[in-house]
Amino acid sequence: MSGRVESRNGGRRVLLAHGGGGELMHRLIRDHLVPPLDNELLAPLSDGAVLPDPKGRLVITTDSYVVTPLEFPGGDIGRLAVVGTVNDLAVMGAAPVALSLGLILEEGLPLTVLDRVMASIGATAEEAGVPVVTGDTKVIERRRVEEGGNRLAADGLFINTAGLGRLRPGVRLGTDRVKPGDAILVNGPLAEHGLAVLSVRDGLEFESALRSDAAPLNSLIDRVLDTGADVKFLRDATRGGLANVLVDISESREVSIEVDERQVPVAPATRHAADLLGLDPLTVANEGKVVCVVCSESVSVALAAFRDHPLGRQAVCIGCVTGAQPPLVELRTRAGGRRIVQRPYGEELPRIC
Amino acid sequence: MNSGIPALRAELDERCERIGRRVTFMEVCGTHTMSVFRSGIRAMLPKNLRLVSGPGCPVCVTPRGYIDAACDIAGRDGVMAATFGDMMRVPGRSGSLETLRSAGARIRVVSSARAALQLAREHPGCDVVFLAVGFETTAPGTAASVLEADRDGVDNFSVLMSQKLIVPAMLALLETADPQAPELDGFLCPGHVSVIIGADAYKPIVQRHAKPCVVAGFEPEQILRGLAHLAGQVAAGAAALENVYSGVVSLQGNRVAQKLVDQVFVVVDAAWRQLGVIPLSGQLLAPPYRRFDATRRFAVAISEDDDDPECRCGYVIQGKVEPRECPRFGAECTPDSPVGPCMVSSEGTCAAWYKYGRNLPDPSARGTQEVGL
Repeated sequence: MSGRVESRNGGRRVLLAHGGGGELMHRLIRDHLVPPLDNELLAPLSDGAVLPDPKGRLVITTDSYVVTPLEFPGGDIGRLAVVGTVNDLAVMGAAPVALSLGLILEEGLPLTVLDRVMASIGATAEEAGVPVVTGDTKVIERRRVEEGGNRLAADGLFINTAGLGRLRPGVRLGTDRVKPGDAILVNGPLAEHGLAVLSVRDGLEFESALRSDAAPLNSLIDRVLDTGADVKFLRDATRGGLANVLVDISESREVSIEVDERQVPVAPATRHAADLLGLDPLTVANEGKVVCVVCSESVSVALAAFRDHPLGRQAVCIGCVTGAQPPLVELRTRAGGRRIVQRPYGEELPRIC
Repeated sequence: MNSGIPALRAELDERCERIGRRVTFMEVCGTHTMSVFRSGIRAMLPKNLRLVSGPGCPVCVTPRGYIDAACDIAGRDGVMAATFGDMMRVPGRSGSLETLRSAGARIRVVSSARAALQLAREHPGCDVVFLAVGFETTAPGTAASVLEADRDGVDNFSVLMSQKLIVPAMLALLETADPQAPELDGFLCPGHVSVIIGADAYKPIVQRHAKPCVVAGFEPEQILRGLAHLAGQVAAGAAALENVYSGVVSLQGNRVAQKLVDQVFVVVDAAWRQLGVIPLSGQLLAPPYRRFDATRRFAVAISEDDDDPECRCGYVIQGKVEPRECPRFGAECTPDSPVGPCMVSSEGTCAAWYKYGRNLPDPSARGTQEVGL
């Protein structure tokens, strides 16, 4: 990378040599990666971290993060990388103990962007109360820039996090426990993350006040489980949205699910954005929403616990599990009609019709 | 908010009962189809009312030859294609834009022609081709971007035209000699398109064919109101043009947009998937703007009769056949590898049938008629 390009873009960038294992890499780790994450378990910077005796069963999970753009209203890839993994542990009924952080950086990535993402990882990890205890960094060659394009800014930054959690004693969660009569709860308005990201994506930009809902849900879920409510299944409604979670439950248990659209929380700004792009809020991604299946007797206790937490103020019961066959997810619409809710095919793309 | 719905339903029920026979209305436009699907309106309709989806979904009527031309151009070195998202999965003869992108072609999803023009400005060394599909609603945007490219000399921008006009297609449906064509009792006319062309554009349908036309909005209540008005006309033996979206749609439409479109486009015969060539139903660039025509720039022809002869999507979207009557359905044509556009979107009639219809001997038994047309 020539100095001319660097100066034209005002600021220092990731070099291929930053991944070479030498002095540059050492400095990158020391000056840019470790300070935002500072904690005792990470401090030795060994090949791995030694954790205290967990005294219980462990849960492990991993997830990779490749969102574009890297920064969007309400969050960035760093925040996602923490909340995504923390939430995967939390919905398993596990208290997060430690995270690992794998960074893949593209040559040319501005160090200011890396610094912002690292600060976000540090802040979100602190918010979730879980340390990043070990990590790894690689640098890849700058990818092919669009031919003839003037896009000099490389924006490649990919993250993998793994999370280790301690299973809460006495909690048994799984679709195998779901049965007709159970209630479906969600902790707040849907579809905000996916639409916030789309609102700043190249070619699709639109003016909007939307913000991603990305947030660690572990303390919220703790609060519900602490009540002793008979929670049977939890799942964060990420890619594929609420629809994906409900169809999963329906298919795996061969039960039907009836959802009342009037109860499904969607903020007006979200609904407008979804209409604009022709998307169905039920299939749009969330990063701070959990679908909770509880036994009908536990609905009021669980809802009260949700609403007692800042991330669950707008928690509602949106529907119930039924024994109707064949197993389908059905939406009773606001208009008084009914329709089948399907899993989206893949990436949801804006429509014209 | 929907307090009017029970009253409208009662009105629709009463009128359909008064008609006393099977009555078939067509919702012409894809946005109506989507709204009907999402709001579950089909499950609320009287038993003798059949609502069929019309040719107003741009994806569904774009011929395979167009997709092939788009893929041909998009796969070339130095080209970046810009498309609306719902075109990505529509299959051509050798794959879709989605499969082409995975093989390395530069294909960007955009939400407007303007965004495509912006890509051209940002990538001066690249030929940016906008896939200009859609009806009267997208035409003004396409026209404006061509004018802007002309004014600013953005020479690396071009459009692959498949802009279509809705009224000629509605007339063609009524004038078809096809014995399988369903007898239509009236049209629910598209709100957004009508904002541009004006409600008066449907007069020929009323005058020549004595078919009721009602322009309606897209909220469930507005759709039900439109259907109730259509049923009211049929029950009274009338055929008139009504506009129940009058706060938004005027009789004359948007003159500024019409002028823009008239300046940049000329009206030509156009090929529709499965419907064949319909006279004066499409638009191409007018002579002063032909340098922005992608078929010229890349010397590509869009073949007109290149649809899979076995695919019955055209009949499905006209309500002539059920998906299971198509020889491709469930065999070569599945949601994972769609042959026709009705299998492409999860709301497509064939996709819904594939997923649910085959397991549902009597969908109405559960109040769910959404699986059929």
